[in-house]
Amino acid sequence: MQEGYCLGIESSADDFGVGIISFSGEVLANVNDVYIPERGGIHPREASRHHAMIASKVISEAFSRAGIKPKEIGVVAFSQGPGLGPCLRVGATVARALSSFLNKPLVGVNHCLAHIEIGKMVSKAIDPVTLYVSGGNTIVAAFEAKRYRVFGETLDIAVGNCLDVFAREAGLKPLSSKPLGAMVEELASRGKVLVRLPYTVKGMDMSFSGLLTAAVNIMREGKYSLEDLCFSLQEVAFSMLTEVTERALAHTEKPEVLLTGGVAANKRLQTMLKIMSDEHGARFCVVPREYATDNGAMIAWTGVLCYKFGMTIPIERSFVKMRWRLDEVEVPWVRTPNM
Amino acid sequence: MLIKKGAEASIYLEEWCGRKVIFKRRHPKKHRMPELDREIQIQRTKHEPQMIHRAKEAGVPTPIIYTVDLEEASIIMEFVEGKQIKQILAELSSEERISLCYQIGKIIGRLHKNGIIHGDLTTSNMILTPYGNIVLIDFGLSEQSMEVEARGVDLHLMKRALASTHYEYSDECFKAIIKGYGEIMGVEAAKAVLNKMMEIEKRGRYVSER
Repeated sequence: MQEGYCLGIESSADDFGVGIISFSGEVLANVNDVYIPERGGIHPREASRHHAMIASKVISEAFSRAGIKPKEIGVVAFSQGPGLGPCLRVGATVARALSSFLNKPLVGVNHCLAHIEIGKMVSKAIDPVTLYVSGGNTIVAAFEAKRYRVFGETLDIAVGNCLDVFAREAGLKPLSSKPLGAMVEELASRGKVLVRLPYTVKGMDMSFSGLLTAAVNIMREGKYSLEDLCFSLQEVAFSMLTEVTERALAHTEKPEVLLTGGVAANKRLQTMLKIMSDEHGARFCVVPREYATDNGAMIAWTGVLCYKFGMTIPIERSFVKMRWRLDEVEVPWVRTPNM
Repeated sequence: MLIKKGAEASIYLEEWCGRKVIFKRRHPKKHRMPELDREIQIQRTKHEPQMIHRAKEAGVPTPIIYTVDLEEASIIMEFVEGKQIKQILAELSSEERISLCYQIGKIIGRLHKNGIIHGDLTTSNMILTPYGNIVLIDFGLSEQSMEVEARGVDLHLMKRALASTHYEYSDECFKAIIKGYGEIMGVEAAKAVLNKMMEIEKRGRYVSER
């Protein structure tokens, strides 16, 4: 395969990211601009407006950091789903324009798949059980028979969403330097009392909405400190995640556990998974924050993998897929030792 | 003697008060806070015998529970003499197999009709006794639900277990199961669950193991 570069655009939620990566996996640029709402959660329309406003700036900056010219790009990749429709469409529109202007192939990348692939690349994991936890997704997946199979997932809201909404209900405000999850983690580190909260694992799936409601209701009663509540919320939510990951690990007997997504930055979650992985003799890998939160480099890297296996799409069929499941995508580049 | 070690518990075959018994012990989890770990262990150690008892009330044979020790999160229960359905299905004639699967379908129907979801329906969790009864074991993942979704998932698990371990005759077996299931649940209710099962399969959500 000829050497070249892939430009990847990520815009599925509040981040607009552009990554430029060589076909051999060297990240030349990974630029990100996050939309921070004045109040409340991510409003899809407002977030997409933000993306449209800053898109050209982020792309120019990515090119200047990479030190290459647009015509040197060989493939254009974008996050095709799952995610918020209006946000995905901004990235898709920019990608189509670039692809058609540069006359280079277009690749639509599954966002969840991209998290796993960049995680594997940067942590050198080969065949892990992946726990992908963010504001929009909570998935335990592992490769089996051509695809990343979803072993367990949330039945309602994502764990990151649960932590974020709780933080907002407690009156916390996110900063660009410090997301709500980090604030909850900091408060939790000073908590001591374990408050009773519902622990909901159903088979391999989890539910976080009841946990959130219970935590918010208890907070309003005012009997416990916010530190204790954050601590308890984390303990219960992360124990659920670890239990499901453990089940998948025991079932698949994979050699590694990979933690990725925005919530991967949480030290307590890392500790729990590390202890569990050690007990099973599995190597525990955490994806560094730059590549664990939504970013353009992950889309670019997965774009390279797809492109090498001919998985390009014509512009007229490049609609975004808001509910595109991870296990709908065949991944021909994955080879496990037992295959 | 340890006979099975899962992510959740270990199963031992022991002699206890002159009886052959199954000793099931849940492992403490070091990653969880001891307080939370205790609570979960106790809750599940209590829950399993309760569900086993409910299954009996629904007319489904299950092991006798001798003792429950919440302190060490263990259950001592009857060792059911007999053979796992998994082991004998291949030895049967087509007719016998279909009749056995029909019985299995009736058992699942009785559970579902009474709001019990087994959560791990496989042919290794069913034992055919020398007296011809089918005894259902391992209620560790069971839950109470009257929802079509939960029933659909339960049936799908059964179907997948058949397809992976008895693929040569999984179709005829599953058909017989559905016949028995419909007998107990009623045709309409059974149809609704089957439709839900197909919808779940299309979602691809439970295609994790092959």
